Amino acid sequence: MSRPVQNTPREEIREKARMIRREVVRLTDICGSGHYGSAFSIAELLSVLYYQLLNVRPQEPDWPDRDRFTMGKGHAAIGLYPVLADLGYFPREDLDNYTRLGSPLGDHPDMRKVKGADFSSGSIGHNLSVSVGMALGLKLKRSPARVVCMMGDGEQTEGQIWEAAISGAHWKLDNLIGLVDINGAGSDGDPQQTMRTEPLADKWRAFGWEVIVLKDGHDLQQTFEALNRALNEPRDRPCCVLAYTVAGKGVSFMEGTWQWHLGFLGPTDRERAYAEIEASRIG
Amino acid sequence: MSDKNTGTPYMSAELRTAIDLTDTTVDDSFDLKSWDMVVSLGLSRQLTTGQALLELAGAGHDEIVVCTADLGRPTQVANFGRQYPERYFNFGIAERNMIGAAAGLATTGFTPVISNYSFFLALMGVENIRNDICYPNLPVKLVGTHSGIAMGFYGTSHHCCEDIGALRTMANLTLLAPCDGNAILAALKSTITHPGPIYYRVGRGRETPVYDSPPEWHIGGSRRLREGDDITVLATGNLVAAALQAREILARERIGLRVVDMYSLRPLDRQAVRDAVEDHGVVVSAEEHNVTGGFGAAVAEVMAEEGLGGRLVKIGMPDSYSILGPPTHLYRHYGLDGEGVARRVREALQQ
Repeated sequence: MSRPVQNTPREEIREKARMIRREVVRLTDICGSGHYGSAFSIAELLSVLYYQLLNVRPQEPDWPDRDRFTMGKGHAAIGLYPVLADLGYFPREDLDNYTRLGSPLGDHPDMRKVKGADFSSGSIGHNLSVSVGMALGLKLKRSPARVVCMMGDGEQTEGQIWEAAISGAHWKLDNLIGLVDINGAGSDGDPQQTMRTEPLADKWRAFGWEVIVLKDGHDLQQTFEALNRALNEPRDRPCCVLAYTVAGKGVSFMEGTWQWHLGFLGPTDRERAYAEIEASRIG
Repeated sequence: MSDKNTGTPYMSAELRTAIDLTDTTVDDSFDLKSWDMVVSLGLSRQLTTGQALLELAGAGHDEIVVCTADLGRPTQVANFGRQYPERYFNFGIAERNMIGAAAGLATTGFTPVISNYSFFLALMGVENIRNDICYPNLPVKLVGTHSGIAMGFYGTSHHCCEDIGALRTMANLTLLAPCDGNAILAALKSTITHPGPIYYRVGRGRETPVYDSPPEWHIGGSRRLREGDDITVLATGNLVAAALQAREILARERIGLRVVDMYSLRPLDRQAVRDAVEDHGVVVSAEEHNVTGGFGAAVAEVMAEEGLGGRLVKIGMPDSYSILGPPTHLYRHYGLDGEGVARRVREALQQ
């Protein structure tokens, strides 16, 4: 189900990823606690998806033929909100109230409160199933829309993921794309140490999905090629992109650590992080 | 051998002509007492979900899609799948995936109707119902069959006496309890376009019918089926028929029983509770569910909140795990049949 692709300049994508990281630091400062590591690892994935590949209409959030983006790892929504605001789904000022009493924007997204959020999330393991249903419905409607479900690597231990994988293959959902952010960091450390799920490529293939391994989910060329293939190459089955990323990417003392899966930066460290993000030239 | 067609407990001559036996493997060469799944399922004649959905689809409801988890035949929606295969999704035994996918289908403009055993839908799937359907307030319709102790000797693991309690705490969710086949037709047909989620708590399909035709039905309503001067039974599900039987028994003892079908469990018809207290003082609630946290508890809340006074006698399952046995024996054991309801009413009036 091929759809138009935006030829956005590389430097612009880089700046969008910087914007995501900056905003994650700023918004976390509002509530005093945030998933830095989980959001930094997906900054390039989000930028390539939203500024090059997804067909959406921010002025018409309920456009029936929009591509859908769902988050199994909803705790990284703090990385998505700045993108949605930047695209014009809601005013940027709304970000300033992140997590404040009554704010539509919380650590996990709420589809009824956040324009542009295609589904709520919070329970790890649910949203691939939801995405299966979306893909079924869109096919029934003869819509060209595609559904991208971003999952975490820790999420791969949820049994429901594999129920959804079975059904996606059974119904040959060529409009469904799973995107696993393999950043190696969960609440209790490296998910592979906590409960081994590798080799994930073999597992997804065995479940009937085409598998694309994205070796470096921060390299913009590789990321574009993998996601473009996943979204636009014709096939007769769903596709899973295994994106190997670095938790906390972009801030040196967070990179590759589980300790910054969740945390808070005091003023001087916040400035250090901002400086590194400004100086970064990732991908 | 000559009487093979005249009947077994499962296959009376009347039934043989009434149910669809196209797929049965049991022909005249079999023993009179043999039966297969087709014959057994044909007996669930009060499970009219598929019929209701076919009638709705025939009337132009193209938005209806049906979801099940390897229980399309036992819950009687396979007939919808035969007629509308492209709108029928059998997920295999993967209830949580089914509930999430139904939510996803709803976001694309469809009205998914899930048909599954109540235990594996409402209790195994409770968290998915909460976060995927109720929290986003999606118009998914959930039909939970074989509720209460209808599964009999299949075991306590399959009994579902906790679903009202678990689900009546879910914001956005409506809870309805059609008590027979005509009530299911009425419930589904009158609420299919309701903009939020609904859980329909139904039985296994072998219930004693209460209605001769689909009754008037609305969310938040109830139906006063019989008048009585002495005491009111507010009944739900299977207990409606039991209460009607109790009324016959008690009439012989000159006790007048009012019977109300409280088919809307949430929202509850508070006026029916008020009327019962004002007219009779003593109220009996009757449900095939744990008396803790269920329908009777909802009635108690109304009585307490509104300061109605009066006394409540709760008929239902005790707060312990049910024993197993053939369903009719279980209903007798737990006093959920006509005799059982009559006994509790007598006790209530003597106190």
